[in-house]
Amino acid sequence: MSKDIQICNINKIYNKKAALSNISTTIKSGTITGFLGRNGAGKTTLMNIICGRRIANSGNITIDNEKILENDNLLGQIYMTSPDNMFPKSTKVKDIFRYTEKFYDNYDKEYAERLIKRFHLDINKHSDKLSTGFQSILKLICCLASNAEYMIFDEPVLGLDANNRDDFYKLLIEKYMELDNTIILSTHIISEIETLIEEIIVIDEGKILLQESVEELMKSGYQVSGSISDVEKYIADKDILSKTTIGGLMSASIMGQREDKPENLDFSNIKLQDLFIKLTNEREDR
Amino acid sequence: MINFEDNKPIFIQIAETIEDGILSMAFKEEEKLPSVAEFSTTYKINPATANKGINILVDKEIIYKQRGIGMFVSKGARKMLIQIRQEKFYETFIDELVSEAKKIDISEKELINMISKRIDESNKNKK
Repeated sequence: MSKDIQICNINKIYNKKAALSNISTTIKSGTITGFLGRNGAGKTTLMNIICGRRIANSGNITIDNEKILENDNLLGQIYMTSPDNMFPKSTKVKDIFRYTEKFYDNYDKEYAERLIKRFHLDINKHSDKLSTGFQSILKLICCLASNAEYMIFDEPVLGLDANNRDDFYKLLIEKYMELDNTIILSTHIISEIETLIEEIIVIDEGKILLQESVEELMKSGYQVSGSISDVEKYIADKDILSKTTIGGLMSASIMGQREDKPENLDFSNIKLQDLFIKLTNEREDR
Repeated sequence: MINFEDNKPIFIQIAETIEDGILSMAFKEEEKLPSVAEFSTTYKINPATANKGINILVDKEIIYKQRGIGMFVSKGARKMLIQIRQEKFYETFIDELVSEAKKIDISEKELINMISKRIDESNKNKK
């Protein structure tokens, strides 16, 4: 069973601009955590720092009080996949699998071979000659087969078709149930992972805007729809996240516990994606 | 299969799916249910969510777990579910039916006629 990842006062500056400012949080062990954020919010930078690919200007990341940075034992338990290509351009796909096997003690070769067949990945190609989708598949297979205690997926489904995305989510759940490991997922396709993740961390402009269990977050608000006048009347004393109108109809997302539903209104769950858009749009409103 | 609806938490929908399976006898009493892993992967939901839904049914004693073997439908589960669903029928279906009928000016008599007609049709189809 893995231990929590403690992130403590991380600062990262790129070109005199703060990419991450004083980030502190805990990634709970044995959970699937979603990192959400707009483009350039700092998600990838934080993930890169967690797995030691980048070095923070200040701050620490520890597991069980041990620093991850330059700690071979801990780094051997973390596998991160990202759209960046970490291997030299002309590396053959099969060699990438060979290297992964060398670095990860619990690497499951048979499992990797099964997935290579299932996804029809050509292992004799040079990795940079693969299409975007197959590059993603290659990385996903390496990560899942590594059996690492900590799996970090940055944009895992980039370029994958709907069938392969579906397959990936299923394989991920299977792996997670088998290992009870700690998984971080970052993607822009929020609707596809909202049922998968337990914890959500929203990063915006290098800061953590929100960290919450998805269940609590979904309970924290709801959507009301009906005629404009009915909805306006109902939400007058409520904490309103957003309103949209079409013709004489209105639907509003509001924060707070659901009350008994008046006959003239419809209630529905708030959507994670809507909540996210609203939260991360506020900077433009300010 | 479930298409997750918007107005209920997913764990409740998982519990209801299993209940429906027991009512339609897709899951028979004393028989083994699919595992948490199967529910999670099929519906692509976090295992904790699937577990939460399943535990509602364990608490109601509609299903039971046998350590190391799996989950089973309790004896008498179907009868118990029928009773629970009957008790909830008024507030879940009749309420909505009447309020929708009122919204579109369907009279009491028309509504009752429609219900009778639908029951007739469904009886005919069975034969």
